[in-house]
Amino acid sequence: MLPEIGLGLLWLAAALAGLQLLAGGLSLTANGKGMAGIVRPVAMVQGVLAAAALGILIWLFVETDLSVKLVAENSHSAKPLMFKIAGTWGNHEGSMLLWVTVMGLGGAFVAAVERRLPEPTMMATLAGQAFVSLGFYAFLLFASNPFARLYPVPEDGNGLNPLLQDPGLAFHPPTLYLGYVGLSIAFSFAIGALITRQVGPDFARAMRPWVLGAWIFLTVGITAGSYWAYYVLGWGGWWFWDPVENASLMPWLAATALLHSASVLAARNALRAWTVMLGVVAFSMSMVGTFLVRSGILTSVHAFAVDPRRGGFILALLAIYIGGALLLFALRAATVTEGERFAITSREGALVFNNVMLSSILGITLIGTLYPLFTEAMGTKVSVGPPYFTPVSAMFAVPMFVVLLFGPMLRWRRDKFSRISPLLALPLVVAIAAGGWALAMGVRHVLPLLGLALGPALVVASFLPLRGRSVLRAPLSLWGMVIAHAGIGVALFGMASDSAFTVERLVAAKVGEVNQVGPWSIKLAEVAPIAGPNWTAMEGVLKARYDGGAEATLRPQSRTFWAPLQTNAVSALKTRWNGQLYTVLGDETLSDKGESRWQLRLWWKPYVPLIWIGGLLVALGGGLALLSRVAQDLKRRIARRKGDHRRDEVTALVQGDTVRGDAA
Amino acid sequence: MSKDSPAKAPRWALWLPLVLFAGFVALVVVGLVKPKNTDIASQMVGKPLPAFTLRAANDARPGLSNADFQTGKPQLLNIFASWCIPCRAEAPVLDELRRQGATINAIAIRDHKEDLNAFLTQYGNPYARIGADDVSAVQLAIGSSGVPETFVIDGKGVIRYQHIGDIRPEQIPDILRLLKEAQ
Repeated sequence: MLPEIGLGLLWLAAALAGLQLLAGGLSLTANGKGMAGIVRPVAMVQGVLAAAALGILIWLFVETDLSVKLVAENSHSAKPLMFKIAGTWGNHEGSMLLWVTVMGLGGAFVAAVERRLPEPTMMATLAGQAFVSLGFYAFLLFASNPFARLYPVPEDGNGLNPLLQDPGLAFHPPTLYLGYVGLSIAFSFAIGALITRQVGPDFARAMRPWVLGAWIFLTVGITAGSYWAYYVLGWGGWWFWDPVENASLMPWLAATALLHSASVLAARNALRAWTVMLGVVAFSMSMVGTFLVRSGILTSVHAFAVDPRRGGFILALLAIYIGGALLLFALRAATVTEGERFAITSREGALVFNNVMLSSILGITLIGTLYPLFTEAMGTKVSVGPPYFTPVSAMFAVPMFVVLLFGPMLRWRRDKFSRISPLLALPLVVAIAAGGWALAMGVRHVLPLLGLALGPALVVASFLPLRGRSVLRAPLSLWGMVIAHAGIGVALFGMASDSAFTVERLVAAKVGEVNQVGPWSIKLAEVAPIAGPNWTAMEGVLKARYDGGAEATLRPQSRTFWAPLQTNAVSALKTRWNGQLYTVLGDETLSDKGESRWQLRLWWKPYVPLIWIGGLLVALGGGLALLSRVAQDLKRRIARRKGDHRRDEVTALVQGDTVRGDAA
Repeated sequence: MSKDSPAKAPRWALWLPLVLFAGFVALVVVGLVKPKNTDIASQMVGKPLPAFTLRAANDARPGLSNADFQTGKPQLLNIFASWCIPCRAEAPVLDELRRQGATINAIAIRDHKEDLNAFLTQYGNPYARIGADDVSAVQLAIGSSGVPETFVIDGKGVIRYQHIGDIRPEQIPDILRLLKEAQ
């Protein structure tokens, strides 16, 4: 019965989305103004219903209800609870339901709290949000029903891909989804503003917190995803330029650009058309990425294999939403004037440069991701990997980082470079010192060298906008910017360290043997079988010493899952302040004499954790900025309410006087 | 450039995103509709391998030259890279081919020794020889444009067949048959 209730809720939510679109649209016409009153409540109920449907699906997974096809295919009774829950969205149908739920809740949230925009723009925005949701509801209800039953009921389920059976993955997709789908709100805002031609600072201020929120989730999602891939795939790398990774990077790049151009629009009433355009592009990239990953059109290690029919469905949605939005943009953008002008040497100028560089990286990532598809249409099959992506994206990233050194110190509208150039002495000295240190350490390749020099300089330069201010009194939003920019520098230093300093050893070790990697000496103490809830493993016990120091124990495993039967390596890591030791246990090999040896892969990765620490700092900076916006908003609202209250009191007094006057 | 910027975009530029997007949709439609066809014959099929000598890509296996194929025995030439994702899927299939008697030589494209070692440790090493092609020069000379690709070469060093993309498990018998025919 429960699955049918879930499906019913989904239909109901879809119907409400239809009503939301209709009422929102009608409220913009001369005769339909009365419809405006129901749009907000409908949006809220729609979101709650979608969430309830997702809740039921999660419950079915927790119960391992094998009469539901999706559960039988993706879960197993022996699975730990957390992974049963994660199994809900570790598959196509469930993740689509999660998508619709986040979209619905996002719309509900906007309907509940957003009061800054003019009412017609708000109605157009909520109608736009419903329009996009409707397509996804249709996709769920007609092409990928998550509640479909299965008969006969199997004895047990199929399980979940062991690679996906990891705490990181339980929370990674929902985080990314909050980001992807949060951008749908920016998209709807852009559509609403284009329809009512209300693109101005108010629009940017209203949109900004939503973009910021989505961007924070994307940042955390990408950072966590990268760390997950790093330690789960047993590969020792942190970024592969895989289509699935690119699918999350592209919306992030667009959202980062949008965040900065929205600041220009909010503060200076410039870059109007460009900001609207980025609002459309950011969510488009979420959809394009989702499509590429799910249509089976690109090959990837962790792409969902989905049939082309579903690919066709998502493509139709893409064509309608993105095509429609871009058409609206082409028709309306000319009526949106560019707004205030500014000199090239100005805060705006630096932000425009940042936008152009981010868009360029986005463009080359998109081209690289689509290129195999293009050549395949022409008749040859090509795989594009890091040899293309890394240098080409660095070509745009390096100039962007250089401008980031001084951009935040420039004044709005017009500034002189000579005013800030003395301040740049400090980052310059740091860059030279760090570069010299890297050279002394034997780093010879250009990109790692640049990264090692620029990273620390960026960290120092990020704090310069705080000069002359009391540390405690500086606004929270300024601190947000400082920390986010410093995080970029920290991450950059980590990335460069990985390619500059990583030492690797592959050995076939006997039990008792000691091997050296970098400053570490590592003894393979023993290899023993152990058992987990739904796997067995060979576990290596490694005794590692850093530079003759205290002994640390690492336990890398080679796990075998039996549902389904699959083996994968679980790495073991030891983190020190100056880097990470990364160990993987491979297969057993027998020599001619019948002597047993174990393949061990050992990496010493100096400063590599800084990549993710930097990513989290970037997200933290975003969080502080969001907090400051929300706090300002609340303050303004409270002030307004107090004002209203006082007005009421005054009115009452005046009326009281009148009454008394009458009596006299 | 004017001192005040940016100038207002010309009207046609506003249509540009829509045009680019239409191109994307067209490309994807072709990709979705077109059946996956991997049997495209290269112009090099039927011709001898061009002369090349590649240094060893890692310490575990010797390098590769065209002379290595003139042994009288048909061999496979696999073009791959550690950064290539379909190559990971292909690795067990190549291992199976080796187990069934095929000799497989390889060219690693634009690879680094450490990455390659890690790849071979994790996904298996079915190769007899691995040459390093750091600038894709040999790859282009033999008519290959991507990774992975596999060539069937007869005992005299003549290319008999080119397989584009990863070899799927169900294609193992085909490859073995082609090797036999190249005898």
